[in-house]
Amino acid sequence: MNTPVKDTVSVQNLIVSASPHVHAGQDVRAVMRDVLLALVPGVLVGLWFFGLPALVVLLLSVGGCVACEWAACRLLGRRSTVGDLSAALTGVLLAMNLPSGSPWWLVLVGAVVAIGLGKAIYGGLGMNPFNPALVARVFLLISFPVQMTRWVVPRGPGTGFDAATGATPLGAVKEAISLGRPLTAVDLPGAGDLLLGDMGGSLGEVGAAALMLGGFYLLWRGIIRWQIPVGFIASLVVVTGIAHAAAPDRYLHPLIHVLSGGLILGAFFMATDMVTSPVTRRGMLVFGVGCGLLTAVIRLWGGYPEGVSFAILLMNAVTPLIDRYTRPRVFGAPRRVLFSVRRGS
Amino acid sequence: MKFKGGIHPSYLKLTAGLPIEAMPLLERYLVPIGQHIGAPGDVVVEKGQAVKRGEPLTRPAGFVSVPVHAPTSGTVKKIADFPHPLGRPQLSIELEADGLDAWWESAAPVGDWRTLAPAALRDAIRDAGIVGLGGATFPTHVKLSPPEDKPIDLLVVNGAECEPYLTSDHRIMLEQAVDVCEGVGLMMRVLGVGRAMVGVEDNKPDALEALRRACPPDLPLEFRLLETKYPQGSEKHLIYALCKREVPAGGLPMDVGVVVQNVGTAAACVQAVRDGRPMTERVVTVTGSAVMEPRNLMVRIGTTLQDVLDHCGGVTGDLGKVIYGGPMMGMVQFDLECPVLKGTSGILCLKESEVTQFEGRACIRCGNCVDACPMLLVPSRMGVLVERSRWEDLGEACVTDCIECGSCAYVCPSRRPLVQYFKRGKLEWRAVQRRQDSHA
Repeated sequence: MNTPVKDTVSVQNLIVSASPHVHAGQDVRAVMRDVLLALVPGVLVGLWFFGLPALVVLLLSVGGCVACEWAACRLLGRRSTVGDLSAALTGVLLAMNLPSGSPWWLVLVGAVVAIGLGKAIYGGLGMNPFNPALVARVFLLISFPVQMTRWVVPRGPGTGFDAATGATPLGAVKEAISLGRPLTAVDLPGAGDLLLGDMGGSLGEVGAAALMLGGFYLLWRGIIRWQIPVGFIASLVVVTGIAHAAAPDRYLHPLIHVLSGGLILGAFFMATDMVTSPVTRRGMLVFGVGCGLLTAVIRLWGGYPEGVSFAILLMNAVTPLIDRYTRPRVFGAPRRVLFSVRRGS
Repeated sequence: MKFKGGIHPSYLKLTAGLPIEAMPLLERYLVPIGQHIGAPGDVVVEKGQAVKRGEPLTRPAGFVSVPVHAPTSGTVKKIADFPHPLGRPQLSIELEADGLDAWWESAAPVGDWRTLAPAALRDAIRDAGIVGLGGATFPTHVKLSPPEDKPIDLLVVNGAECEPYLTSDHRIMLEQAVDVCEGVGLMMRVLGVGRAMVGVEDNKPDALEALRRACPPDLPLEFRLLETKYPQGSEKHLIYALCKREVPAGGLPMDVGVVVQNVGTAAACVQAVRDGRPMTERVVTVTGSAVMEPRNLMVRIGTTLQDVLDHCGGVTGDLGKVIYGGPMMGMVQFDLECPVLKGTSGILCLKESEVTQFEGRACIRCGNCVDACPMLLVPSRMGVLVERSRWEDLGEACVTDCIECGSCAYVCPSRRPLVQYFKRGKLEWRAVQRRQDSHA
């Protein structure tokens, strides 16, 4: 109920601040919540195929990251930023990047590296140049290669405990090529299995369809822009498509490249990490295309079967440069030649 | 044409359907001598002097200066520093009304604008104390005196009213449509231009229709409905949307042959010339959820905020903020003893719960501000530069091109006080420039 007040003393107690005086209502927590929501279908598919061990990895990872965030704020004497949900998101993304049967200590080391080395030492949210979850994944991949490539092959729902281990499709292909065998000798999952996730891999490498669903949700909500995922996927398709057309028995069909490995997770959820990707639309496109090209090069000719993580981290490193050279032409500024930076006015 | 960037805030035009009502005569008015951009005038009245409505209280002090007038007849009670909406106390004339509200004898019609010489019209506009009523308060006669080397071929008339809540221009277009059109014709005559375009956002088609119907057949006005998008009423963006001309960075509309005037200013000009009525009142939208009875009021210049709010039924107990103007660019008020000025298009009262606290967490580089900036700047970068006191880098970031529209801060999920940062950044960058110049 509105009650009129004429008491001068109380109405003089006015809030004074610079304009604007209203806001669209969005905040960081809501952004992170939307991304977490978008990950739900992908996480559910992963849990469905890999069962209880995957759930343990997920909970350890989220718990570890949130605990590290809290501890980091505590150590630095800052207000806790656990509530903005960014650490929880890093936790989910890290879990998606680990083999479903990872030992508990591997997950916790990953969490400490992600939040500690990936984020807190730079000054926390917004200050880190590299995607924290990918920093942790690559750290673990290099430090513990055996544990990080022991993939559980799903045998269907509910069989997580006694699942067999095997290679990912991309790993099998890399191995076959290094042994000089043609691709026809490799037992590859069909496109349907790839879409639904019936194959070996980490939590976030299976269930491309579910992950894409989440990606489309983020596009629709305006949390991510199309430039990064489209640039990423399109450039990968072009390069792997040319390679496949030239030598089909050595190079996989581009569709398999798109649906396997961490590509969908990477293109929609990892490369689009706001903090570590460009702020301009043109910059996002350059960034996405760069990620796709690097992924293709690593997958086709590199030492590792999968290159999404490395590609994104390498592009993270050049994000400040991309931002610098893709600034829009300021309204009213003279037209300029491509890639020249306007000097002070 | 559409300009890039911009936002779509909630418009909340609560008072769009309410006709303009005149506020009853009060006992006391407070008229600051400086209500425009430029030098305040010199006071020409003395304490205890009897004045009548429309009598000048000051005389222009220079070219970029206009007089202020007595809002009613009465006695000059005090000439002293009083609270002023800009924050710093200012020399003001306190007037005690005699209740007769008699007009000054010399406030007589100047003549027919269609036959008067442009110079005579310009003088009449200055003597009537008319300034840009959209809120910029730049003296209108100065804007109508472009330098010889800047030929003007187009008059743009701003009826966009893109700020949420405000409806004063909307009501003026509906209720004073003839005056608006005649005023545009008058300004065209002063400028010697043959072309004028009137731009109205497409959430007010009735206003455009009213103007079109009221337009005398001999006036070649072009009426355009524009996309409803903030900041459509920004001079540079309005010009771009209407005729695709881009005002150069650091430049003025006259650099592309355009003069922009607000619809209310146009009406005020014709009222001054035809009726001999100087600026003693203006239309003010009193609005927001913290005011009991939102209204469009004809308020005399010099009415205190407290009096206006009392007339609108008072305010709610949880009043948090009082703003002169709209919620995007309006200026916050700190004292209800401050008077309504010529540039006060609205009085917006927000509840404490509606007031956004821009607490300024770290930038997460989401890019929302880059998409929203109508000047195509990179506000995220500029904000970080200010935070780190890297003043010398602000020039390259083009901070001086910022129009402070607030679109960036409006969409920022980290609630960063970006506009405040850029106001500071501009000052610091200019200081850097001055230092560089003195060393050179």
